[in-house]
Amino acid sequence: MLEAYLNIFLRAVFVENMALAFFLGMCTFLAVSRRVQTAIGLGIAVVVVQTITVPVNNVVYQHLLRADALAWAGLGGLDLTFVGLISYIGVIAAMVQILEMFLDRYVPALYNALGIFLPLITVNCAILGGSLFMVERDYNFGESVVFGFGSGLGWALALVALAGIREKMKYSNVPAGLRGLGITFITVGLMALAFMSFSGIQL
Amino acid sequence: MAPNESAGRTLGVALGVCLVCSLLVSAAAVSLRPRQMRNMLLDRRTNVVRAAGLMHPDRSIEEQYERIRARVVDLATGEYVDVDPADFDQRSAARDPDRSVTIPGDRDVADIRRRAQQATVYLVEEDGRVDRIVFPVHGLGLWSVMYGFVALDASDLNTIRGLVFYEHGETPGLGGEIDNPRWQAQWEGKKVFGPEGDLRISVVKGPVDPEREGAEYRVDGLSGATLTSRGVERMLHYWLSENGFGEYIDRIRQRGV
Amino acid sequence: MASKALRILFDPLFNNNPIALQILGICSALAVTTMLSTSATMCIAVIFVITCSNGAVSLIRHHIPGSIRIIVQMTIIASLVIIVDQFIKAYAYDISKQLSVFVGLIITNCIVMGRAEVYAMKNGVGASLLDGLGNGLGYSLILLVVGTVRELTGSGSLFGRQVMTLATEGGWYVPNGLMLLPPSAFFIIGLFIWVLRTWKSEQVEEEG
Repeated sequence: MLEAYLNIFLRAVFVENMALAFFLGMCTFLAVSRRVQTAIGLGIAVVVVQTITVPVNNVVYQHLLRADALAWAGLGGLDLTFVGLISYIGVIAAMVQILEMFLDRYVPALYNALGIFLPLITVNCAILGGSLFMVERDYNFGESVVFGFGSGLGWALALVALAGIREKMKYSNVPAGLRGLGITFITVGLMALAFMSFSGIQL
Repeated sequence: MAPNESAGRTLGVALGVCLVCSLLVSAAAVSLRPRQMRNMLLDRRTNVVRAAGLMHPDRSIEEQYERIRARVVDLATGEYVDVDPADFDQRSAARDPDRSVTIPGDRDVADIRRRAQQATVYLVEEDGRVDRIVFPVHGLGLWSVMYGFVALDASDLNTIRGLVFYEHGETPGLGGEIDNPRWQAQWEGKKVFGPEGDLRISVVKGPVDPEREGAEYRVDGLSGATLTSRGVERMLHYWLSENGFGEYIDRIRQRGV
Repeated sequence: MASKALRILFDPLFNNNPIALQILGICSALAVTTMLSTSATMCIAVIFVITCSNGAVSLIRHHIPGSIRIIVQMTIIASLVIIVDQFIKAYAYDISKQLSVFVGLIITNCIVMGRAEVYAMKNGVGASLLDGLGNGLGYSLILLVVGTVRELTGSGSLFGRQVMTLATEGGWYVPNGLMLLPPSAFFIIGLFIWVLRTWKSEQVEEEG
């Protein structure tokens, strides 16, 4: 059992890295990777939000949306999976909002550090992607917690690593047309190549 | 405060947007549902028809599928069970602890850990009698689990009549060549079991020398994809052994289809 | 008037390409560019969603209260995406299997949200529709370029039709497997930006 969880976790972090294997969350990935400091802040925020939203969406899917999930209410045979997309994004937006208010009220120090990143996260496709992959792979609740945490961590790891490289890259002489965005894409490609060597890991 | 900001106005707009959107979404979902269901069914049938070697350019999949009868088999006893194949999903059964069994490590040659207690087999009829039987098989390749079908001749349950894969994550161009029809074609006519009933089918490195003894049990490996080739071999060894469809195969040998 | 419409439509293609300049919206797209057929389906889906959402948001822009505008935009976009997703599942089932979750991810595509917020909230319906169409086309241009390069060099085919005979089929072309793997998409986009910025040098970024 533990082995299966560990397998899901390692796959989510390394093999099926949200950013480098599925290109998810690219907009924020490229925009917020100029400095390691901010990258760490956003990274932590993503891990937290992902660990909360994937299991919550798992509950929504398992107990409200999937075929026959509402049988207890006398609505057997009802299949609501087609409204899945809008439900998941709604749950994500609500969760982010609640988290923001909660942090503001009880942990102001953390709110000051993460606050500006939270609104960005609602429209981060790595977050929605995490929930969609969870549904597609039909994870149960425990697996979804592990997967949420792992995929968030993998994304954060890629982000911080890229920020580290970009900080160093300021000192290099890049051809004019490639400066900024272009060279960042190439760097991300090289990182993706490196992450590919994790694939095929089976526990 | 702008006129748009009053509570009533906000609520009204929110409700209105929700109403319009839900109407549109529901209309699309409900009206397209039958078509989607048909697609899903057709997709599953296409794979079976392909494995059964019944693909025909002039005839529809539905027409060809008429000749195939699906039955659910209990793998432990080898007997047919009274389950409607249309309701039986082997993959979700394999994940359900009540309907699946754990495979002990030393027997888990296909690296799949659990398998469903039951499986669907497809009986392909020709001239009123069962000519070949299509078995669903799956096992670990290089990256992930490969899903496919293998068809055996019903007369001896030994000669392979076809092998296809419908889902896998192998490297395109290397292991992904298991989709290549030319590679799949050389499985046809190969034998699975030796004269003693031992599993002898194997995928070898490089081309098979047809003159050499035992060539009828050997298939060319895919170049640059040793692990994928080994995965295919192990998957067949698992599913056609007594751990997989063995009991069912024995039962047919003794008592016919 | 006609020239203004043309400018709205074509500016996003080269002068102001949303991906190359603003790095927007590639999330949901690159993973499906290994084949042209999936890229093209994705393009059509995005063009439809962005045009309609721009139109719809612009249509009710005077009635949307500021406090809930983001959620209203999101609801409209999500509904459109669901409709597109249902249509693809019904009429192009094979492609929908390959696109898997990526159609759904159009919801979080920053171009769609961005255009609704920045353009459609302030402009008339006609201009918003054109702006949506233009941005959708700009996005499609990149996607199709990447898709063409990847499928041609990776499998020697275009739209699934064999253009160069593969060595495994007795032909001459040995396919470049790297092109079918994720990293190649990043390289192609990086090089594409390089070409675009060398041609239109005012888009070069400052050092730092």
